[in-house]
Amino acid sequence: MHIEIDEIAKEFGTARALHPVSLSIPSGALIALLGPSGSGKTTLLRILAGLEFPSSGRVLFDAREATGLSVQERRAGFVFQHYALFRHMTVFENVAYGLRARPRRARLPEAEIGRRVKRLLDLIQLPDIGARYPSQLSGGQRQRVALARALAIEPRMLLLDEPFGALDAKVRKELRQGLREIHDATGLTTVFVTHDQEEALALADLVVIMSMGRIEQVGRPTDIRARPASDFVRDFTAA
Amino acid sequence: MSDAAPALQLRSGKSAPQVTTEPRAARFALIGCVVALTGVLLFAPLAAVFAEALAQGWRASLEGLASPDAHAAIRLTLIVAAITVPLNALFGVAAAWAISKFDFRGKALLITLIDLPFSVSPVVAGLALVLLFGANSSLGAWLIAHDLKIVFAFPGIVLATLFVTFPFIARELIPVMMEQGRAEEEAALTLGASGWRVFRTVTLPNIRWALLYGVLLCNARAMGEFGAVAVISGKIRGETTTMPIMIEMLYNEYLSVAAFSLAAALALLALVTLGVKSLLEWRYADLLAATRRH
Repeated sequence: MHIEIDEIAKEFGTARALHPVSLSIPSGALIALLGPSGSGKTTLLRILAGLEFPSSGRVLFDAREATGLSVQERRAGFVFQHYALFRHMTVFENVAYGLRARPRRARLPEAEIGRRVKRLLDLIQLPDIGARYPSQLSGGQRQRVALARALAIEPRMLLLDEPFGALDAKVRKELRQGLREIHDATGLTTVFVTHDQEEALALADLVVIMSMGRIEQVGRPTDIRARPASDFVRDFTAA
Repeated sequence: MSDAAPALQLRSGKSAPQVTTEPRAARFALIGCVVALTGVLLFAPLAAVFAEALAQGWRASLEGLASPDAHAAIRLTLIVAAITVPLNALFGVAAAWAISKFDFRGKALLITLIDLPFSVSPVVAGLALVLLFGANSSLGAWLIAHDLKIVFAFPGIVLATLFVTFPFIARELIPVMMEQGRAEEEAALTLGASGWRVFRTVTLPNIRWALLYGVLLCNARAMGEFGAVAVISGKIRGETTTMPIMIEMLYNEYLSVAAFSLAAALALLALVTLGVKSLLEWRYADLLAATRRH
């Protein structure tokens, strides 16, 4: 799905989190929102998900007005920073949650839910953990379960907030590859937020560098390395 | 880390003290203090109540409980608790939900208001209700004109008990819900769940133990509340006397077996709720351990 961000601004009280920013995300792309903390990248991601509403500006999905769509209507698969798995549910129930939350007429029979959850657990290469609770999983396993749960709703886009932030270096590399593979397999427009420039440049098709609520530069990793648009970008990507 | 651990174990041996362990004498002194204090402050009074109740045998104490006034008091106490506990559970969950999951103007004021019943003496609360709903106020006069009796009647007792026990459940829930944050709720929303469904399937299960504990505390206090109810009930025998009021009246009339029998019954009601809680914790120990913080 093509995502168009048109002059989106966001204020929290008197604090300006986003100056009007515009961005066009091509369908099927893997995009990184890169910037230091407080740069507005997470706010922008949450606006796409419908978890925040912009103070002004518009969001368009496939050229259709989407600014006022509720979070449920957007069908955005969202992976939270600390995964936000439902701690009192098994992995199976976590992944099945979105399927069970469908309106009654669209609800699937139990056998079909079971099949879909199994397929998703196979996809994240953790086929045997359905009966476990989140507290019994490692950090990397939790992240993959969160991804499976987000994919279960057959989302129109995949949004990830610092998906690798809480993991050690080795697991990070593996899961990075995992996200790339899942993106390529599903073809979903994917936006992830990170403050790690190496991660953004290694993984994304297109990197959006943000600072103080503004977009500094948008470009492919090679372009950003070769032609940084500002001193900030040069300093930040060289770090 | 994993390489160093076996070596450390070899050197320190099995019975070696942990760094956090105090010397033997200090440990025994501290444990002794705790045992003595709990014995004198918690166990001894309870034992004394039961001993006094049974001083003239089972038969005498059961007779003490069998009088119509005692029956009326027990019934009234249970009905008041059955009304106030669910209502306060509802208010407590609503208040805790609003405070912990949303930001709004006046939040600090709301938290202070919830604490008010803790800081105000129950007698003062009872007096305040009498002033507000009594015959001398315009609201009271209007109510009496419309044949709605609140003071010295059942509704007054319920109101007083509601006021006094209001903070128990909210106070128990707020820290738990604050700590859990909003992420799980937000995750459920992105997965397409409606607000009510999120509350039912995510929020409520996450707070069920705190809620249960709050309900038990609230229930114990609702059944045991004396001060506020004493003022607003008017102590009409057989009509507006709850168990604690009845106990005091019997005691003042030197009917000590009847008084202590009723006191023992009240204590038993509280012990039953504690027993239920322990049973549930034991029954669901695995689930509790699994769902504690990651």
